[in-house]
Amino acid sequence: MSIVFEKPKALSENIFHYCPGCTHGIIHRLIAEVLDELDITGKTVGVAPVGCSVLAYNYFECDMIQAAHGRAPAVATGVKRVNPDNIVFTYQGDGDLAAIGTAETVHSASRGENITVIFVNNAIYGMTGGQMAPTTLPGQITQTSPYGRDIKQAGYPIRVCEMLATLDGTAYAERVSVDNVKNIRAAKKAVKKAFTNQVEGKGFSIVEVISTCPTNWGLSPEESLNWLRENMLPYYPLGVYKDKGSESEAQNG
Amino acid sequence: MEKVLMKGNEAIAEAAINAGCRFFFGYPITPQTEVAAYMAKKMPKIGGTYLQAESEIAAINMVIGASAAGARVLTSSSSPGISLKSEGLSYLAGCDLPAVIVNIQRGGPGLGGIQPSQADYFLATRSSGHGDFHMIVLAPNNIQEIVDVTQKAFDLADKYRMCVMILGDGILGQMMEPAIIDASGNTGAAQKPWALTGTGGKRKKNIVNSLYLQPEELEEKNFARYEKYKEIAENEAMCEEYKTDDADIILVSYGATSRICKNAITMARAEGIKAGLLRPITLWPFPKKSLMARADGAKAFISVEMSMGQMIEDVKLAIECKKPVALCSRTGGIVHSPEDILAKIKAVNGGDFS
Ligand SMILES: Cc1ncc(C[n+]2csc(CCOP(=O)(O)OP(=O)(O)O)c2C)c(N)n1
Ligand code: SF4
Repeated sequence: MSIVFEKPKALSENIFHYCPGCTHGIIHRLIAEVLDELDITGKTVGVAPVGCSVLAYNYFECDMIQAAHGRAPAVATGVKRVNPDNIVFTYQGDGDLAAIGTAETVHSASRGENITVIFVNNAIYGMTGGQMAPTTLPGQITQTSPYGRDIKQAGYPIRVCEMLATLDGTAYAERVSVDNVKNIRAAKKAVKKAFTNQVEGKGFSIVEVISTCPTNWGLSPEESLNWLRENMLPYYPLGVYKDKGSESEAQNG
Repeated sequence: MEKVLMKGNEAIAEAAINAGCRFFFGYPITPQTEVAAYMAKKMPKIGGTYLQAESEIAAINMVIGASAAGARVLTSSSSPGISLKSEGLSYLAGCDLPAVIVNIQRGGPGLGGIQPSQADYFLATRSSGHGDFHMIVLAPNNIQEIVDVTQKAFDLADKYRMCVMILGDGILGQMMEPAIIDASGNTGAAQKPWALTGTGGKRKKNIVNSLYLQPEELEEKNFARYEKYKEIAENEAMCEEYKTDDADIILVSYGATSRICKNAITMARAEGIKAGLLRPITLWPFPKKSLMARADGAKAFISVEMSMGQMIEDVKLAIECKKPVALCSRTGGIVHSPEDILAKIKAVNGGDFS
């Protein structure tokens, strides 16, 4: 008998602390599979954020650093500039990347920093117990938008891929989802491309993963996936927003 | 070795390069911009990196990344920028990462002014970010010393795996003096087996982290760090003493202000008042032992500082309040005149310690 499915080598033996049904675990696995397939774990340095994935440094079998809230792209810049042969990635939530760390995100992209950013958009602050995030949808109820996000008062959600796609420095920006097998496969492809781009020196690559937070959405894992499909995907359409390497982008101008 | 005429800010940059620093991350602010400009010019020519960050917050986090990757790294700023860096300084401490930070102080609070100041004494020695930690703080008062302490800053940072701040002011930054940069003293970067360079599949992964969710573990970390600080306090305090042997009144002053103190001392002695100067070169650790050794012989101390009474607390603590300590303050960018200080010496000599 041959083994057809096993844990990627780039994932450690530590047991995830994530809530049942949370999609953080799937995304970790996809990254680890890509590290294995590209055989780059030995030269990779990962940057963990502040957020539910703060303990990511315990899960990946590469060198890891834990950054202050929102600062992961700046920390990654420092690591990458010292050892350009290392593969450097950040793993960040929406509060981390699109609120407190917006400047670091935008400027590492505009510098064309040759790093890979995995951005987990679950439309909420998970770790602190479910407050409004920069990506919280209009009308969405959270602990700090108890009557639903009122755009008159709290403004609009940020569409990160669309925003970063406008920057010349961004090499690749794609939004994916992990709500079903087909989408998970597409997500894996995107993650692989984002790492391959770095190996090939193509510059700043970001994959935004539409993700769930059953605990703070107050839904079961299955209901969460449905809520994601019905509410998040219409607001955050999946697709490639920027791909400097592809001809289609050149054709589209 | 040839002496070269150098501006203080440029001397810091050149000495850092000489110490093996090849990475500089900064954000422009007066009056330290020459450090950045020098690095921008020099680094690309020697295979180094100068990167202008989007903010001081980003710059200090780039420093964190570069340090974690094993490099000797420098950032420089001035007071408002150092406020922004303080989050990063705390993380550097929590991660036990070495780095050198330059603060060419200007007047505050708020946007303050751009003239010389020493009002970040508390910031540097007490509260450079949240949590229990210290930085080593070096305060040179001439260009040769700037060169020497810059070299030393990198060595100390690597030796103790912590931040070293070089605390200057606008006068020192702009002043020109001849100095020698001696490459033979360069020990180069230490071995850093903890650095994030990739496992290469040959070793266990390294983790650089400041999160400890178990309070017992965090307490143990902090205890260990404070053991290290104790050792530093024991071994690394530095000061210069000038005419303290027979002094009745001892001025305590650092940086540019200490130079003016020497003029005031000459004037006081001409009038028959025996004054001297004890100049801390390290502000943390503060040269407590040297001060205490003078506490019995002197009649009074004067803290001469371009701030509203910050270092004076350390002077009182060092001599355990054995003698009166008066304060001679200028602030907001005003530099003491020798006459300001002489007047204070005379007042103290007459028994007025206010
Ligand atoms: C400077 C700072 N401000 C606030 C916090 C508190 N905090 C921790 S995690 C977090 C939000 C994280 O949300 P997100 O980035 O969306 O990640 P998630 O937990 O949802 O995965 C906040 C505000 C902090 N640790 N540091
Ligand atoms: S709080 Fe939400 S994002 Fe965090 S682990 Fe639980 S389900 Fe996942």
